[in-house]
Amino acid sequence: MSSKTLYDKVWDLHQVSQLPGGSTQLFIGLHLIHEVTSPQAFSALSEKNLAVLSPERTFGTVDHIVPTLNQNRPFADPLAEEMLSTLEKNCSTYGIPFFGIGSGKQGIVHVIAPELGLTQPGMTVACGDSHTSTHGAFGAIAFGIGTSQVRDVLASQTLAINKLKVRRIFVKGQLRKGVYAKDLILHIIRKLGVKAGNGFAYEFSGPAIESLPMEGRMTLCNMAIEGGARCGYVNPDQVTFDYLKGRMHAPKGKDWERAIAWWKTLSSNENAIFDDEISFDANDIVPTVTWGITPGQSIAINESLPQSTTFEVKDRPITEEAYSYMKIEPGGKIEGLKIDVCFIGSCTNGRLSDLREAASVAKGNHVADGIKAFVVPGSEKVALEAEEEGLDKIFLEAGFEWREPGCSMCLAMNPDRLEGDQISASSSNRNFKGRQGSASGRTLLMSPAMVAAAAITGKVSDVRHFLKDDSNS
Amino acid sequence: MIRPITPFPTGAIKQIEGKSIVLTGNDIDTDRIIPARFLKCVSFDLLGEQVFADDRKELKGEHPFDLPINQDASILVVNENFGCGSSREHAPQALMRWGIRAIIGKSFAEIFFGNCLALGIPCIKASEKIIESLQQSITSNPGDFIRINLEELSISDSSIKYNVLMDPGPLEMLKSGAWDATSQLINKRSEILEVMKNLPYLNNFKY
Ligand code: SF4
Repeated sequence: MSSKTLYDKVWDLHQVSQLPGGSTQLFIGLHLIHEVTSPQAFSALSEKNLAVLSPERTFGTVDHIVPTLNQNRPFADPLAEEMLSTLEKNCSTYGIPFFGIGSGKQGIVHVIAPELGLTQPGMTVACGDSHTSTHGAFGAIAFGIGTSQVRDVLASQTLAINKLKVRRIFVKGQLRKGVYAKDLILHIIRKLGVKAGNGFAYEFSGPAIESLPMEGRMTLCNMAIEGGARCGYVNPDQVTFDYLKGRMHAPKGKDWERAIAWWKTLSSNENAIFDDEISFDANDIVPTVTWGITPGQSIAINESLPQSTTFEVKDRPITEEAYSYMKIEPGGKIEGLKIDVCFIGSCTNGRLSDLREAASVAKGNHVADGIKAFVVPGSEKVALEAEEEGLDKIFLEAGFEWREPGCSMCLAMNPDRLEGDQISASSSNRNFKGRQGSASGRTLLMSPAMVAAAAITGKVSDVRHFLKDDSNS
Repeated sequence: MIRPITPFPTGAIKQIEGKSIVLTGNDIDTDRIIPARFLKCVSFDLLGEQVFADDRKELKGEHPFDLPINQDASILVVNENFGCGSSREHAPQALMRWGIRAIIGKSFAEIFFGNCLALGIPCIKASEKIIESLQQSITSNPGDFIRINLEELSISDSSIKYNVLMDPGPLEMLKSGAWDATSQLINKRSEILEVMKNLPYLNNFKY
C-alpha cells in the first residue's frame, strides 16, 4: 500500500468519514460543471428537494455543445440551446458562478480552471468529465465522475469513493526537439496499454517531467485516463508556482507566501512507497501517431504498422478490428498516409503553447489542396492571447480556419464533424470509432505541431523536418 | 419495438435473475455504448432506445441488442475493460433503460464501474475461463437464464455454478442498499464542516 506520496497526503486531508460500504467519504475542494453531465444531476436535486451545500466551490462553463463558427444566441441547434439555457438557469438558481460565452472566461472546463487559478496544488478536483485528470498537473487529486456523483458533490461537497493504488511513472532523460508531452503520453499508453491504469493513480516524475512547462504537464495528466488511470499527477514545484502567481483565483499577498510553503510539503517524500514503479527514457521517444481505434494503438512516425501476430493473442481481435475500421494494412508506413481533415484544439492540446508550436510549423507554409484544417482555441483567454501574438494571422495566412473556443471536433457534439470515412489528424485525445461525429470517421491522434505538418503536406508527416535548428528550444 | 418496463433498482441488492445476453470484445468504450450525439439531452429518459446505436446500425439487425431472443434480457456478459473512455453516466443509464440489471465481465473501466454502482447495477468480475465458458454456453443456448447471488458471490446458469469476484466495498454497498450514497453523505454535515475548517486552502493557507 502506498504511503507518503502526494496522493496519500492529499487523500488524508480530505477524508470526511468511512462509509458502511467500506468506501471513503472524500471532500471535494473544486467542483467543475458543464452542460452535458450536469442537467440530470440538478433534476435529481430538485426531485429530492436538496440544496447545494457550497455553491461557491462549484464553477460552471459551457464547452461541449458550443458552435465554433457563430456563437450568437439562440444557437442554431435547439438542443444545444436548451442545454446551455438549462445550465444557465441551474447556476443562477443555486448561486453557482458561471462563465458564459463572451465573459472572457469561457472555454473548455479543463482549460479555464487552471488559467483562472482555480486549480491549485493539494486540492481534490472533480468534474463530470473523464479528462478531469488534467488538473493533476498542479499536484491535485483530480478525477472524472458520473452524473449521480455530480449530484452528490452538489448536495454534500463530498463523494463516496475508494482509494486508488499509486504507480510512479519515472521518466528520465529529456524530450528531443519535435517531441512533445503528447508524444510522451502516447508512448506511455502504447507501452503500458489502455487498461494498465485501472485501479491506479499515476504519479509522473523524473527529470523529463520536471522540465515540462505546466501546459505540457496538463497534456500528460489529461491523457492518464486514456491509459486507464482515473488520476494522473505531477508533484508541484517552482514551475507550478510561477504559473499560478497572479492568476485571478490564486492566493494573494501573505496568503501567497503561506500557500507556497504548504504546497512544498505536498510532494511525495523521498522515502514514499508506491504500489508500483515503471520507468521510461525520454530520449527514446520520437513523434508518435495513433493508427487504430484506441489511444494505445500508436507507433513512432518512422515505424511500420505492426502485424497483428506481433501482439499477444488476446489483443489480436481488437488489432484486426482496428485495421478493418481504419482501412489500412499492416506492414506499411504511417508516414505519408493521406488525410482529409486537420483539427487543432481540445483540452489536451488547445492551449497557447500548443497553438504556438503549431503556428511555428504553419508559418510561411500553406495547407495542402483539398485539406480542411481548423484551429479551435481552448478558451476565450487562449484565443485572446493568441490573437495578441498574431497567431490567428499566421494560421489564416497559411489557410487554416480560426474558430471560436469550445470542444469542437474532439467529440463532435457541435456542428464540427467528420463526414463519411474521412480521416483526421487531430490534437485531441480519443480515436474511438465514431468519436468525431461520423460512424465511419477515422482519427489519427498526434501532437498539434504534427497536425500542422500534416495539414501542410496533406499526409501524416514527421514534424522534425519542419523545425529549424533554432526553433522549439 | 416497445420494450417491457422493468423497475429500476432500489434498496438492498442481493440476488438478480434474468435472461442473459452476450456482447463479445475487449475495450468496448462508452462512445460505442452511447454515441456522443445522443448526449444532447437534459434528461436520461430516451437513452434506452439509443444504446449501441452505431454498432447496431452497422450490423443491420444482427447486433445482440437487436436479436428478438434477447429482447427481455437483463444480464449482460462482456469481456475485458468494458466501459472505458468517457465518464458519461449516459452509458450505464442507456444500458439500464434498455433493461440491463447486472453486468458480468473480466474487467471494467473504473468510472463506468462507479457509475453503474451509483445506479444499483452490479459489475461482477469473473476469470477469463469462466467468461469464455459462460459466453459459449449462452451462445449455444441463447437467452439462457442466469442467477446472480451476491451473498455467496456466485452465478449459475442452467447447468453450472461459478464463483465470481467483487471488491468488498462496492459489494457491501449493494447488499446493504447503501449504493445510493446521497443521504449518507449529507448526514455527515458536521464532519464535512470539520474537514473544511482544517483545509489550508479554505483557511488562508494556515496549516
Ligand atoms: S475537449 Fe474533448 S476530451 Fe476535452 S472536455 Fe471537451 S470533449 Fe472532453
